Amino acid sequence: MTGVAEKKRKKSASIIPGFGLTLGFTVLYLSLLVLIPLSATFFKAAHLTWPQLREIFTDRQVLLAFRLSFVSAAEAALVNVFFGLLVAWVLVRYRFPGRGLLDSMVDLPFALPTAVAGIALTEIYASTGWVGSILDRFGIQVAYTPLGITVALIFIGLPFVVRTLQPVIEDLDHEVEEAAASLGASRWQTFSKVIFPALLPPLFTGGSLAFARVLGEYGSVIFISGNMPMKTEIVPLIIVSKLEQYDYAGATAVASAMLVLSFTLLLSINLLQKWVGSRAPIR
Amino acid sequence: MGGKQGAHSMNSGRESNTNKNAVTEPRWFQWLLIAIAVGYLAFLLLLPLASVFVNAFQKGVQAYFHSFADADTLFSIRLTLLIAAIAVPLNLTFGVAASWAIAKFDFRGKNLLTTLIDLPFAVSPVVAGLIYVLLFGKQGWLGPWLDAHDIKLIFAVPGIVLATIFVTFPMVARELIPLMQEQGNQEEEAAITLGASGWQTFWRVTLPNIKWGVVYGVILTNARAMGEFGAVSVVSGHIRGMTTTLPLQVEILYNEYNFVSAFSASSLLCFLAFLTLIVKAIVERRMKKERTFEG
Repeated sequence: MTGVAEKKRKKSASIIPGFGLTLGFTVLYLSLLVLIPLSATFFKAAHLTWPQLREIFTDRQVLLAFRLSFVSAAEAALVNVFFGLLVAWVLVRYRFPGRGLLDSMVDLPFALPTAVAGIALTEIYASTGWVGSILDRFGIQVAYTPLGITVALIFIGLPFVVRTLQPVIEDLDHEVEEAAASLGASRWQTFSKVIFPALLPPLFTGGSLAFARVLGEYGSVIFISGNMPMKTEIVPLIIVSKLEQYDYAGATAVASAMLVLSFTLLLSINLLQKWVGSRAPIR
Repeated sequence: MGGKQGAHSMNSGRESNTNKNAVTEPRWFQWLLIAIAVGYLAFLLLLPLASVFVNAFQKGVQAYFHSFADADTLFSIRLTLLIAAIAVPLNLTFGVAASWAIAKFDFRGKNLLTTLIDLPFAVSPVVAGLIYVLLFGKQGWLGPWLDAHDIKLIFAVPGIVLATIFVTFPMVARELIPLMQEQGNQEEEAAITLGASGWQTFWRVTLPNIKWGVVYGVILTNARAMGEFGAVSVVSGHIRGMTTTLPLQVEILYNEYNFVSAFSASSLLCFLAFLTLIVKAIVERRMKKERTFEG
């Protein structure tokens, strides 16, 4: 086994075996399950003609779905940035009974199957539900409106901002805050001029991560959205309904657009994170 | 406020009140923020959970348990367990192999490989299902060939397994790569030098070091594998008693206005989520403890 594992490249001193075996298996498994299926989709999309593409991407229903997905994801990301900062700050900086429990709860949206979140949120926000009935009195409808979609996406996106911010707040240097205070800054000045600027990069990456991840969300949204064409239809739903009508070309085109979009988004976030990490303002 | 006097007394021993106020928020403000955070999380997270159980038990305990007597629901539970039993070990094996290759060796394209492993997280669950339909479905690239050989992958259990593997693909590797990198190679090199074989080194040296990371990765993979909806929904075809997993069964029951059964089935998935969070908290505590012991 060591024979195969012998490395030609630098760090040749490595005597640890298994390089060929593990790398070979990794590349094979990755190619078979992820890379080949993904590229097959792009190949299929490449077979579409220009008129076909134009027809798909000028379809009002498709365009409205893209707009709805973007706007809802952006709204949800903004709410999550605000409350995510508050929750992360409270969890890291303050000590109070039940803190550990609260910290674990933040991961609930990761752990809870999306379909369950979907039907539970629908029940709460329907006009007969616990929250929906109260809002109904003020003429606010949540379930089966775009607002409902945003609520579901807020739920799903919560952990991304909190978990991105927590380690950064933990690493903030107390001495800098003490220095600011000793130079006469009030606590608010210290926060707004010293702490907040340091948290801006992770807030941005956390927010964009929450945005990118909820863009493709399906399970938690389709129940609360009501799926009315042109009104509460998100992009993933467009893909599913095209598939159900055996419109494979349409589904492929919309899916490829989504793939390109989310790859670009996540790649930029990755680069941003690296760039921010290398010049972290306060450490 | 204004820590002017504090400027002269930086020593923590005789910190003046003003200074202390300037490096933390006033007590009342802390409690205000804590109250908002607790209230917000309770509203956002606990309310949906409470709603599941209230709806599941709205017609009493008997109705709750009665909903599990349904053959289709029972089947969906079994199928969900089966899918997880196939997908989790496969992704665990992959995750361990990938992190061994990436953490223990230097090679060209390592960063690219790490990025590619993360790709499935960037894909919408619906698209994750679609790519397999385009590959193996009737209209797909391999569809005619599979058809001719009487192999059915899409709208059948193998398709569900594939989609589940895809959406949980990076989870174990993601936990293990940084952990193994942190551990370094010295212990393994020592073991090999002393005459241990590669397998012995892995089982006796590496695995004990990364065991909590493995548990962590497995529990997250399992939660997602059992709870996946979008990807599975696309490849399943919703054939009752054949390709409906528990989350899909929840959808079917809910759309049939069979609310008690839908929420009873959901309550099982809630228990899965609780279990996941509890194990996760325990593992995190253990990892932290071991880290502080080491350094």
